[in-house]
Amino acid sequence: MHPTQSSQFEHASLKNYLLDHAYDEMFTGLGDLHRHCEPLLEHFSALPSEELQRRKQAADLSFLNQGITFTVYGREEGTEKIFPYDLIPRIITAAEWATVEHGLTQRITALNLFLKDIYNEGRILDDGIVPREVVYSCKHYRRQMMGLQVPRNVYIAVCGTDLIRLENGEFVVLEDNLRVPSGVSYMLTNRRVMKRIFPQLFRSYNVRPIEQYTQLLLGTLRSLAPEGRPEPNIVLLSPGVFNSAYFEHAYLARQMGIELVEGRDLVTHDNVVYMRTTIGLRRVDVIYRRVDDDFIDPLAFRGDSILGVAGLFNAYRAGNVTLANAFGTGVADDKALYAYVPEIIKYYLSEEPVLKNVETYLLTRPKERQHVLQNLDKLVVKAVGESGGYGMLIGPQSTKAQQEEFAQKIEADPRNYIAQPTISFSRAPCLIGDELQPRHVDLRPYVLYGDKVTIVPGGLTRVALNQGSLVVNSSQGGGSKDTWVLSQ
Amino acid sequence: MLSRVADSLYWMSRYLERAEHTTRLLDVNLNLMLDESPISAERRWQRVLQALGKPKNVEWTGEPYALTQTLTFDTENKASILSCIIAARENSRHVREQISTEQWHRLNSLYLQVTRPEIQSQRQSEALVQGMTHPSEFLQSVMEAVHQFQGVTDSTMNHGEGWQFIQVGRYIERACATALLLQAYHVDLWGHPERIVDGNEYLDWMGLLRSATAFEAYCKVYTADLTPDQIFEFLLLDEEFPHSVRFSIDSLQCALEKIQGDSGKVRAETLRRLSGRLQSSLNYSSVDEILSQDVLGYLGGIQAQCRAIHETIYELYVDYSIQAALAG
Repeated sequence: MHPTQSSQFEHASLKNYLLDHAYDEMFTGLGDLHRHCEPLLEHFSALPSEELQRRKQAADLSFLNQGITFTVYGREEGTEKIFPYDLIPRIITAAEWATVEHGLTQRITALNLFLKDIYNEGRILDDGIVPREVVYSCKHYRRQMMGLQVPRNVYIAVCGTDLIRLENGEFVVLEDNLRVPSGVSYMLTNRRVMKRIFPQLFRSYNVRPIEQYTQLLLGTLRSLAPEGRPEPNIVLLSPGVFNSAYFEHAYLARQMGIELVEGRDLVTHDNVVYMRTTIGLRRVDVIYRRVDDDFIDPLAFRGDSILGVAGLFNAYRAGNVTLANAFGTGVADDKALYAYVPEIIKYYLSEEPVLKNVETYLLTRPKERQHVLQNLDKLVVKAVGESGGYGMLIGPQSTKAQQEEFAQKIEADPRNYIAQPTISFSRAPCLIGDELQPRHVDLRPYVLYGDKVTIVPGGLTRVALNQGSLVVNSSQGGGSKDTWVLSQ
Repeated sequence: MLSRVADSLYWMSRYLERAEHTTRLLDVNLNLMLDESPISAERRWQRVLQALGKPKNVEWTGEPYALTQTLTFDTENKASILSCIIAARENSRHVREQISTEQWHRLNSLYLQVTRPEIQSQRQSEALVQGMTHPSEFLQSVMEAVHQFQGVTDSTMNHGEGWQFIQVGRYIERACATALLLQAYHVDLWGHPERIVDGNEYLDWMGLLRSATAFEAYCKVYTADLTPDQIFEFLLLDEEFPHSVRFSIDSLQCALEKIQGDSGKVRAETLRRLSGRLQSSLNYSSVDEILSQDVLGYLGGIQAQCRAIHETIYELYVDYSIQAALAG
């Protein structure tokens, strides 16, 4: 990503703001900016540097005191870290959001139909739209789910889809997170801090609120209760304090007023799930689980897991408890399956996808594999079952040795990898030291699917804080910023 | 309330109480040591170890600062102050959504303070061992932090079931610690009634009272005339002093009754019997009676009863069998 055009903006804080061919969330060209960003830039330019630093410190301190942290694995010391926060909000216009909302609604609807189909009749497989072996070879395919009736046919109740913006400003889908997407607590706390630190600026924009998210999530979970449980007992199941997203689990449970439980708090008896309380066992009806399939029931899945609840799957099968998300949803966020999503949308909804996919090479196809192996220095290679920025090769930033290593891995197990062009996704201004500098950003809106599809206007904008970096994951040194969706 | 949450709150509280007690014992004895001949050091520090329940792998090697160092910072030793604070903080981290922000802040700051790298750096440790820096300041700050934590706990947290479990943890730990303390001092103070009182004995008695923050409170009741029987009576049977065994058991019983009120009395029958019996025996005993019998056995009996109460709480509220719960 070398700047093709270096630009000298007038303001001192912008002297190092270089535009390149990537889409810029604030500027349209030298000195020109998107109209909706004018008051924002004006406001920030008017603030003396010390004042800006003071507010930055106030924001950092607020996160620190609230203990808004995530856990970094593989280190003994200092495992709790603050998620870096950028002060400059990212603004999305009402029209842009309308497209995103439409596209995400379409996508989650189709993916739900797809999951129902592959775990029941399998029409899409019979019709050859998606190859059988792609589904059955998925690491997250659960044959135990075959023929099972899921409440309201909702497989995916909570989904976090990662979007990026291409050079022309168009939003495209980078990946779907259908298992246990995280980050929504940062979306909510970012907003809270932002409102406290820049109240005037916030008021001057008509930003659509997001704080209703936890209530909507609770409503979604409630709508999934098993038949005959009008006042369901809903719990959030966390792997526990050592999980990287533990803060989020505690935050959501507290905001929803539901119990935060771990596997050892739950027991099953006669296919009913109970939680252990000081006054005895209390029946559990809906579990918002933040534990992966693999670890959730040692009887049904991985026997060595100590995070789960023995017998949970049978209770689920008996219809006595609902899980959000359902078992086996991971099939649909397998990165190889991702390539088929546009076809899936057309097949079930007879509509053109509103949000496109990023071009994806399937390495099981010899021709595409050949192409990828010859162009490893230009492409991004991802392991299909991994997340969090692990198991990736970013071609242009890799060494020959790394490319060699991936070539061997691909040859050995082509099903396990996909490749995509290195996309120069959009950049937004961030406060780096004293000045504004552009950094790559993505967007993860949170989609809820219960009685209907609900998406709070906004999402988590993640920032690759290292200059030139394309990796935004919190576990890989990324940060975040508040995302404003305008009401008009 | 989730069983696990109740268990974590209980242990958080117990560990902090234990940390405070150990801190005070060290502080008091390091202070008294300065007034005493080296000959009595052996006896004094052996007694400290005994009062702490003879922690595993901790030996008196003749060097008070080295022992202090071990009892304060050695995380190999599960009873060290540092180990207790880490354990308390870990328990609170598991129930962060159940305690108040103020509680979390206070405990987290204490944790950060004692685990600061420079505190444990080699130089600091060596300085402590050689007695170059007096550790009193550090010990004082730990005690203050624990007191603050107790203060914010009482004033910012709902006095519901969770708070009652915190009370239970604190007072069961305190009752045991005071009983153990009296046991450790027994041979020296009550073992030889014919012995003539000298200056050192007075210091020992004062040390015992101070180890339970009881010196000033004792003086208010009995004046500064220290006599072994009155000290014993005060620490064991005083109704109003917060570190006496009787006060601790009264408070424990009170918290347990509140919890039983929430969870139904039938299930708690065994627990009610155990704690009620201990409470009554303390409420209706006289010091002469106790001193005329096997005192060590009596104090050991209190600890055994506390252990039984602890185990019953665990079986009743935390680790009950599913069959029993479904039947109930």
